[in-house]
Amino acid sequence: MIFSDSFTTALGGLQTNKSRSALTILGIVIGITAIILVMSVGQGAEDLILNQVRGLGSQTIIIEPGREPTGPSSFAELFTDSLKPKDVDALRKPSNVQGLKELTPMVMQVAAVTFENETVRTNVIGASELIAKILDIFPNKGSFFTDEDIRQKANVAVIGSEIKSKLFGPSEALGEKIKLKGRTFRIVGILPPKGQVALFNADDMVVVPYTTAQQYLFGINHFNTILAQAETEDMMPRVVRDIELTLRETHNIDDPDKDDFHVTTQADAAERVQTITGILTVLLVSVAAISLIVGGIGIMNIMLVSVSERTREIGLRKALGATEKDIMTQFLLEAVMLTALGGVVGIALGAAFSFLASLILSRIVALGWVFTFPIAAALLGLGVAAFVGLVFGLYPARQASLKSPMEALRYE
Amino acid sequence: MPLIDVKNIGKTYYNDRVETHALRDVSFEINEGEFVAIMGPSGSGKSTLLHILGFLDRHTNGKYRFDGKTIDDYSKEEIAHVRNKKMGFVFQSFNLLARTTVLENVKLPLLYSDVKKSMRDEIALKAIESVGLSHRISHESSQLSGGEKQRVAIARALVNKPNVIFADEPTGNLDSKSGKMVMEFIQKLNEEEGHTIILITHETYTAEHAQRIIRVLDGNIESDTKVNHRHRARDHFEK
Repeated sequence: MIFSDSFTTALGGLQTNKSRSALTILGIVIGITAIILVMSVGQGAEDLILNQVRGLGSQTIIIEPGREPTGPSSFAELFTDSLKPKDVDALRKPSNVQGLKELTPMVMQVAAVTFENETVRTNVIGASELIAKILDIFPNKGSFFTDEDIRQKANVAVIGSEIKSKLFGPSEALGEKIKLKGRTFRIVGILPPKGQVALFNADDMVVVPYTTAQQYLFGINHFNTILAQAETEDMMPRVVRDIELTLRETHNIDDPDKDDFHVTTQADAAERVQTITGILTVLLVSVAAISLIVGGIGIMNIMLVSVSERTREIGLRKALGATEKDIMTQFLLEAVMLTALGGVVGIALGAAFSFLASLILSRIVALGWVFTFPIAAALLGLGVAAFVGLVFGLYPARQASLKSPMEALRYE
Repeated sequence: MPLIDVKNIGKTYYNDRVETHALRDVSFEINEGEFVAIMGPSGSGKSTLLHILGFLDRHTNGKYRFDGKTIDDYSKEEIAHVRNKKMGFVFQSFNLLARTTVLENVKLPLLYSDVKKSMRDEIALKAIESVGLSHRISHESSQLSGGEKQRVAIARALVNKPNVIFADEPTGNLDSKSGKMVMEFIQKLNEEEGHTIILITHETYTAEHAQRIIRVLDGNIESDTKVNHRHRARDHFEK
């Protein structure tokens, strides 16, 4: 029997039981839909986060206290107080770190900011003008506070556009006095709307000199982060190494494994994001894959029913000259065609749902979400669906092929 | 050399250690072109005999040569091929594929043979014509009467020009008029086309359409006689 005949025969077998065929593939459809959805949304999330991470610029170096977090339990490391002013002084010496363009320590907390009767909670960031350079956002009214303000621990603040409109509405804010933790600050600069940059919402923050924030607002002597910029991208590895060596020296650490700080670059962060989204995607896809297995078992179940229901047909075909291989091919093809069809429908549905999700995320949640259709995942999904058909169709097809023509013809 | 050469064959089933002898000791020869009826009451072993003759089942004792070879000379694939090319089957319950047209049903054995795709329609149409159903080719099998169904089954049995046609109670599910018509076609196949026919039946009247009757009882051959006064289906039909 030639293959095109087997194909036509299998197709005929499916067509005589249209509604059953449709119900049978439901499990596969759901499984493939879920996989496509997860992979598409996962890709979208990764792109979104990567864009934000890259927003920091390729010359930016982030120094954080504690060891590099490797899991949820080690995130507490970020709250250790190992980064001190003496580290900043050491890092600023060109003899310690070569090729460093600029550096600012940073402290931050969520706090209430008040103007007259209006109060909003926002991120209060103690930093220098470098943060504006790194986030690429400069006051469109007034100017950033100066290094002199930092030395003087001046009570000055630069506010994001959202804070401005919440506290002041349309009226002028520059030069007004706002209150942070009971202390009065003069607004010297107002930032234009910019939205999310990396992990910062530039519209929803108040930036004050880090010295002021440390001493008068938070009452701490350490820093949450040190931001630095290398002179060129090429110098990055060197600068990172120098920073690590310098900090180990100031912290009296010999063994790099015992570092109480970690240095991250945009490349590292991107890699980390990719790792995390990769793990999440694999996790979710494996969950979806379970439904494929369930769907496959459903196919096997229905195929077995179909085989026993069609015992007479099988017997007849064998009596008329069909070989075991012919029967096997017919039923295997039926299973594979079913699951492949399920795969195609699943891919279409998955694409539709993830497009819908991207619409919702970009319009309603207003993220810079871009719909991506994972072609590789679609091909993989189709392959997996056909494979499921092959695996779960094998047993029923074998059962069918082994039927004796005489038993099969007797069967009522 | 006889087409069918049966020597002392027996068939024993084992069910829960209980032996059942469906066939005990059966011997006969059938030559090419013969029309033989195998007769016997139900349970006599005649169906078992037909299954063995048609390579649908294996005997447990003795020797059966079809066209000079035994079933053990063939691989599974070759057995399927022999069934396809050298044997045709007509069953009591027609066994047509449901929701499938007459043409597709008749073409079925051609699917499993090496006949070229382009030739199949022509061959099948010729077979359908020979049973007088050319006007029904695109009807689904369920739309046909019992007699028509059996004629489709005969056309299907013919389509690969087999050496022998096995007919298992072909009139068993038919009214007498349709039954006679079916017997007419079977007789015609034997006389005009020279097909070897082996007919299984429990009715003496039907059996007497053949040239020779082998009577089976309790797994043994009771008698093997020539039919002196053959019924001519066509005679009855013309009356």
